[in-house]
Amino acid sequence: MKGNEAIAEAAIQAGCRYFFGYPITPQNEIPAYMAKRLPQVGGTFIQAESEISAINMVYGAAGAGARVMTSSSSPGISLKQEGISYIAGAELPCLIVNIVRGGPGLGGIQPAQSDYFQAVKGGGHGDYRLVVLAPSTIQEVVDLVQEGFDIADRYRNPVMILGDGMLGQMMEPVEFGKRKPAELPPKEWATAGWKGDRPRAVINSLFIDPQALEDHVKKIYKKYKAIRINETRAECFNCEDAEIIVAAYGTTARIVRSVIEIASKEGIKVGLIRPITLWPFPAETIRSWAEKDHVKAVLTVEMSMGQMAEDVTLAVGGRKPSLFYGRTGGMVPAPLEILAEIKKIREGALK
Amino acid sequence: MARVTFNEDLCKGCKLCVAVCPKKIVKIAEDRINNKGYHPATVEEMDKCIGCAFCAMMCPDVVIEVEK
Amino acid sequence: MKKVFKRPESLTDKPMHYCPGCTHGIVHRLVAEALDELNIRQDTIGVAPVGCAVFAYDYFNCDMQEAAHGRAPAVATGIKRVHPDKVVFTYQGDGDLASIGAAEIVHAANRGEKITAIFINNAIYGMTGGQMAPTTLLDQVTATSPYGRKAETEGYPIRISEMLSTLEGAAYIERVSVHDIKHINHAKKAIRKAFEYQLQGRGFTMVEVLSTCPTNWGLTPLESLKWLKDNMIPYYPLGVKREVE
Ligand SMILES: Cc1ncc(C[n+]2csc(CCOP(=O)(O)OP(=O)(O)O)c2C)c(N)n1
Ligand code: SF4
Repeated sequence: MKGNEAIAEAAIQAGCRYFFGYPITPQNEIPAYMAKRLPQVGGTFIQAESEISAINMVYGAAGAGARVMTSSSSPGISLKQEGISYIAGAELPCLIVNIVRGGPGLGGIQPAQSDYFQAVKGGGHGDYRLVVLAPSTIQEVVDLVQEGFDIADRYRNPVMILGDGMLGQMMEPVEFGKRKPAELPPKEWATAGWKGDRPRAVINSLFIDPQALEDHVKKIYKKYKAIRINETRAECFNCEDAEIIVAAYGTTARIVRSVIEIASKEGIKVGLIRPITLWPFPAETIRSWAEKDHVKAVLTVEMSMGQMAEDVTLAVGGRKPSLFYGRTGGMVPAPLEILAEIKKIREGALK
Repeated sequence: MARVTFNEDLCKGCKLCVAVCPKKIVKIAEDRINNKGYHPATVEEMDKCIGCAFCAMMCPDVVIEVEK
Repeated sequence: MKKVFKRPESLTDKPMHYCPGCTHGIVHRLVAEALDELNIRQDTIGVAPVGCAVFAYDYFNCDMQEAAHGRAPAVATGIKRVHPDKVVFTYQGDGDLASIGAAEIVHAANRGEKITAIFINNAIYGMTGGQMAPTTLLDQVTATSPYGRKAETEGYPIRISEMLSTLEGAAYIERVSVHDIKHINHAKKAIRKAFEYQLQGRGFTMVEVLSTCPTNWGLTPLESLKWLKDNMIPYYPLGVKREVE
């Protein structure tokens, strides 16, 4: 199954019945799949007039208690930032998929990872966080869609799946329903109308009194602390005796795996730390490996000019050299390019 | 027989009720201010009230109740 | 004696924050009375705008969502699609609906979303201190049209109701006013009718209410009503703009 279609089918299997989007390459398979499948399962698909409208439809549907998602690619995600900030402020759960393409501006349509900052550092205005999940296989896409919806509902916060065109277009066999849905409380806070007695439901992010707003934000940050503790995830591969540890996520992490294989044939020990949650960032995992004596340097590889690299460097905290290699604009780094970089670092570090 | 009741503390003294009353009995109470700081609207000659509810319909702040 | 006029149940007890004599309060009450009469308070979900009516979620005694500036029709679309059996309305000013949210209202209407938009046209941006709105009249002086609005540089005031009434998805669009008792009574009927049309699933409905902003017009509340009647109604003719049987 194609990555983009897998995202859509996984969402349906996870109980998502509402999709609001606007066409943009390279994620068009997601809305097309939803347009076909949702009516079959009693759901609703709307091609909105813009990404701004789409994300605000998500706001309305999420506030009304539905499991709802939208997908787009970089320029469209920029337009959604207003709505994402409101969704976070009003504590609404939803899933947002960004199949990243090169930027800035209209950029290109080839795969990129240059929306990392936008995804994990905010993007919209105000004090808030998105939970950002970065799958690197189609099976993981499927599992993380289910999990993403569950995390969104559990913490009443928007969750983003950060993919790229490569992952979206790639075909791999998948198995649905591997990740069991979480047990979640009913959404009594939703605006759904009511019979009998209950206080009326209000979905809102306006707190005109500064003390009330500070209290509200602090309450949200308490959730973020819990998310940090409970949901931070990373995969460590071949790190046990690695001289060089590479930090990479998503498509880039796949490439690094082949680098590790080639390198080991040449007697170079390379490990991989692959953040699965970009926020919360697995800084602790990176720090603990960077501390080890056998690790001489940490190299971050991205399809960007170095965005996650800043978080990796913070986590390494000067314990070892923290370096960066990347391609951008839709260029994908080849394994041998990365290997050459590793060799250079290794020579320097061993000198 | 009709009666209007003003929830005086909600009144902002905009005088729309004063203008709309066909009997010209709604007045601004110059002798007192409410907790919003306005001279509230009031009716003293209640016996002249015909219960048309024009004042209440014109009031933007739902200050007035009418009985008939 | 029995009560012939009292606070509608569909308004909360919260005192409204509007300026003295501002007709926002009248329209709030009319919407609430219509909800009461149709007995749909608990089956209604309202969407508040950004503008002076931003706190509408505190005033309407039903489930409410607060939307971003101009986005209320998109938010209402999301809600209505999840709860097609509920009544969903937006309450929006002219900056909100006719300017920043122009795309959202046009496409909600065009999709025939079964929602009701209550559109407050007061020819100005109230909340931000009296700037020019798309509905500001020619020669009208505002904070951002200090020499009066000029057609050559600022264009003509937009007649939203006429514009939307060209759309097939719209089932009922009427422009009303609240400058006197007769028109207030009629405005109430129009709002009620819009909700009834929605309940019958006929399509998009909107009531444009010509409204005053005494504070930013620089007039007394009473003078404002007269200004509305003398200046707005000639340019914004009242009446049904679209009605699909
Ligand atoms: C995205 C965005 N832009 C601008 C504003 C500032 N703003 C708040 S209210 C408003 C104008 C509202 O005017 P209108 O819709 O005419 O309603 P009124 O206040 O007259 O009732 C503006 C521009 C905002 N809150 N959000
Ligand atoms: S600024 Fe104008 S529209 Fe806003 S509450 Fe005051 S009078 Fe009404």
